[in-house]
Amino acid sequence: MLSNTDGYVTEDGRTIGGVVMEMKNITLRFGGVTAIKDITFDIREGEIRAIIGPNGAGKSSMLNVVSGFYVPQEGEVFFRGEKRPALKPFEVARQGIARTFQNIALFEGMSVLDNVMTGRLTQMKAGFISQSIWRGKAEKEEVENREICERVIDFLEIQSIRKTPVSRLPYGLKKRVELARALASEPKLLLLDEPMAGMNVEEKEDMSRFILDVNDEFGTTIALIEHDMGVVMDLSDRVVVMDYGKKIGDGTPSEVRNNQAVIDAYLGVSHD
Amino acid sequence: MAQPKLGTNDMVSLPALLRKNASSFGSSAAFREKEFGIWQTWSWTKALEEAEYFALGLIELGIKPGDFVAILGRNRPDLYIAMISIQMTGATPVPQYQDSVADEMEYVLAHCGAKFVIAGDQEQVDKILEIQSKLPDFKQMIYLDGRGLRKYDHSKLHSFASIMENGKNSGSSTRTTLSEREGALDYDSTCVMLYTSGTTGKPKGVVLSNANIIETAKTTCQFDDLKQSDEILAYLPMAWIGDFIFSVGQAMWSGFCVNCPESADTLSNDLREIGPTYYFAPPRVFEMQLTNVMIRMEDSGRFKKWLFDYFMDHARHVGADILDGKSVGVASRIKYFLGELMVYGPLKNTLGFSKVRVGYTAGEAIGPEIFEFYRSLGINLKQLYGQTEASVYITQQPDGEVRGDTVGVPTPGVEVRIGDNGEVYYKSPGTFVEYYKNPESTADTKDPEGWVATGDAGFFEEDTGHLRIIDRAKDVAKMSDGSMFAPKYVENKLKFYPNILEAVVFGAGKERCVAFVNIDLSAVGNWAERNNIAYSSYQELAGHPKVLETIQSHVEEVNASIAKDKMLAGCQIHRFLVLHKELDADDGELTRTRKVRRKIIADKFEDLINALYDGSTSIYTETEVTYEDGRKGQISATLQIKDATTNNVAAIAAQ
Repeated sequence: MLSNTDGYVTEDGRTIGGVVMEMKNITLRFGGVTAIKDITFDIREGEIRAIIGPNGAGKSSMLNVVSGFYVPQEGEVFFRGEKRPALKPFEVARQGIARTFQNIALFEGMSVLDNVMTGRLTQMKAGFISQSIWRGKAEKEEVENREICERVIDFLEIQSIRKTPVSRLPYGLKKRVELARALASEPKLLLLDEPMAGMNVEEKEDMSRFILDVNDEFGTTIALIEHDMGVVMDLSDRVVVMDYGKKIGDGTPSEVRNNQAVIDAYLGVSHD
Repeated sequence: MAQPKLGTNDMVSLPALLRKNASSFGSSAAFREKEFGIWQTWSWTKALEEAEYFALGLIELGIKPGDFVAILGRNRPDLYIAMISIQMTGATPVPQYQDSVADEMEYVLAHCGAKFVIAGDQEQVDKILEIQSKLPDFKQMIYLDGRGLRKYDHSKLHSFASIMENGKNSGSSTRTTLSEREGALDYDSTCVMLYTSGTTGKPKGVVLSNANIIETAKTTCQFDDLKQSDEILAYLPMAWIGDFIFSVGQAMWSGFCVNCPESADTLSNDLREIGPTYYFAPPRVFEMQLTNVMIRMEDSGRFKKWLFDYFMDHARHVGADILDGKSVGVASRIKYFLGELMVYGPLKNTLGFSKVRVGYTAGEAIGPEIFEFYRSLGINLKQLYGQTEASVYITQQPDGEVRGDTVGVPTPGVEVRIGDNGEVYYKSPGTFVEYYKNPESTADTKDPEGWVATGDAGFFEEDTGHLRIIDRAKDVAKMSDGSMFAPKYVENKLKFYPNILEAVVFGAGKERCVAFVNIDLSAVGNWAERNNIAYSSYQELAGHPKVLETIQSHVEEVNASIAKDKMLAGCQIHRFLVLHKELDADDGELTRTRKVRRKIIADKFEDLINALYDGSTSIYTETEVTYEDGRKGQISATLQIKDATTNNVAAIAAQ
């Protein structure tokens, strides 16, 4: 077992740091339904951490606990070594956590650029009056924030749709815009809920490359939920496997692949 | 710190022209590139400064006079500046097609023994790393966009910025070396080496001297009165001679501004924002734009559609005459002016052609309707005829003498003659020095007096003195009954239909002609959408009975038009099929400049050609396809073969 402050080196030679976020004995219930049962795992600085599992395993609930959207009934969440209290979404965002959604949650009527700019909202400090007349601080802020957004747009190669309303975009591009909005807030920890759901092979390849590039270029820690096993095994450094709300495996992709409990959960077991 | 003075001002090399521009135009824009949503500008002063720093950096890296430096990437100011830097150090730039696959690049880089490579981004860097072991001369690589390259082994890899920084901090001995090397450049020094795409065999390295490029730029800038205030958009491959002449040669000579788009996807938007005054595009681009306009007009409201049709009809009658300054009635002029306000002006603005003063198209024949469409809008679109070996220009159309079916009169300084076999020969200041490491081919193409065979068959019109090109000389053949077979002539007629993207006609040595047809997915797809025809793939749409019917009617119309020409009446198409895949450069069926490779296609689809001749009505076939990343796959299809009606005139003419 690694200690909380130790790093490790991945198979492809990247150095991973200490623990950023730690989940300790998390249990989450909705009324009588237990969605997550006594799960413990951690996310380390700079790694790509995947959560996988069959349908209804509690993956999205788990990600919502990580993001602070759900507060578990039992267990504790530690962020950078400190116990995290229940937070409002904007407070989570200020801590440097950003996410994308399984069902796209963009402002459909706004342009791509405006959507990406919303990722900078927590950084904008100018007051109401300054914003209304767009002078002084508001103007300066907008220029600075626009530059950051433009770098993200350049990075994700969506220049050609900069001014296009989101509602007119195909699904694959909307997913990319969502990622752009999350990146615009310059997160330390990026949570991706099924970033490749519903995409074709080419779109998946593009998205995988972007995820790797984000991790490589900005050193962003990434936690993602994904169904496509090929993608998960290629991308991630460590994988948590869930089934019926319980953790049944945790380790590198090759360890997980050879774990009997995981094989059973995915392929099913005979009842003899 | 005072910079030591570098180089000289005798205008015998591109670096010298850059120095002249920096001193006479200073802060005017030399290059622009859209980045982060904003047009970033390089003034002539800044361009010169960066060119010097980069050249110094290259010397620090160990570049020697006579070395070859490959350049691969999309059109960017940094890469254009780098080409000048390379010349400053006495080395030769060799721009490459950025979409070539690694194998193609391997041949070219090994052939010229490129020691250095400047790559645009990770994709290009990866290609070179893949073939690195087969390139014994390869030494160092420089990249522009460092994204995704952080973890790469940097022992042979440098960022563009770091080279520039090294150059900036270099000592006086490096600066002396640079000024010596730049001073040694003369009119006969090699300016650039470009590989011809090669419709047959391996690519050949065409060596062009400073004299070739500068003399050509000088006469052609005068011909069209190109000035410092002009603007062009650089979007065609840097490896193509046209881009080198327009964006480097003419830009350096007259000092106009070269604008680089943000990415290939934003091209049409960037074109509109820049509004170039001097524009070049191959016929394919004009065709595509016209198809898009027509598709969108089909989707527009009834009133707008009526307005468009009404004024376009008027423009077709008088537009070209007004452009050529011929006498046109007052009423027609007023109506044209109204049309300009309501239709032509806004349309030109949408297309990005509002300010175009001089536009050229070349490379392939352009459809007369397409050509007329643009000219009737008041866009001064002209044709030119040229090739890499001539530094582009052989003939071009002067203002006021523009026609769809000729390629114009010889460019000033160029002599043209027609050989006994109908082949076009030329001799010009732009005539290339040699094919690199290939004296036999050089001797085959260029005779001791300097006449170069173009490989094209053509003739001069007696009354106008304009040149008309019929076909590739070697493609012009005889059919079994001895009548003339000119496949390209027929193919071009077919391609003028928006529904047909590509056509290949066979018939040399045979009794009758047959054809392969490629449908245009955007035009036919739109038609299918409007007529509620469902399809899931290119292949399915291509095999749809209604599509075949439409194509058949096009083929028959072409037959009727060919039958009128006695000489070529034998070329009427008797049978045809619509191919199940698009012809693609990745599969070797087209060249990178999208010219049909007749022989390769004939070999690859031999079964289909046999079926076309043996009278069967359908054929099952399997074809290997190459995807963009180099992987291969198989597609299979059963193709319908259609008979087309031919006209009796053919039989009469043949007898």
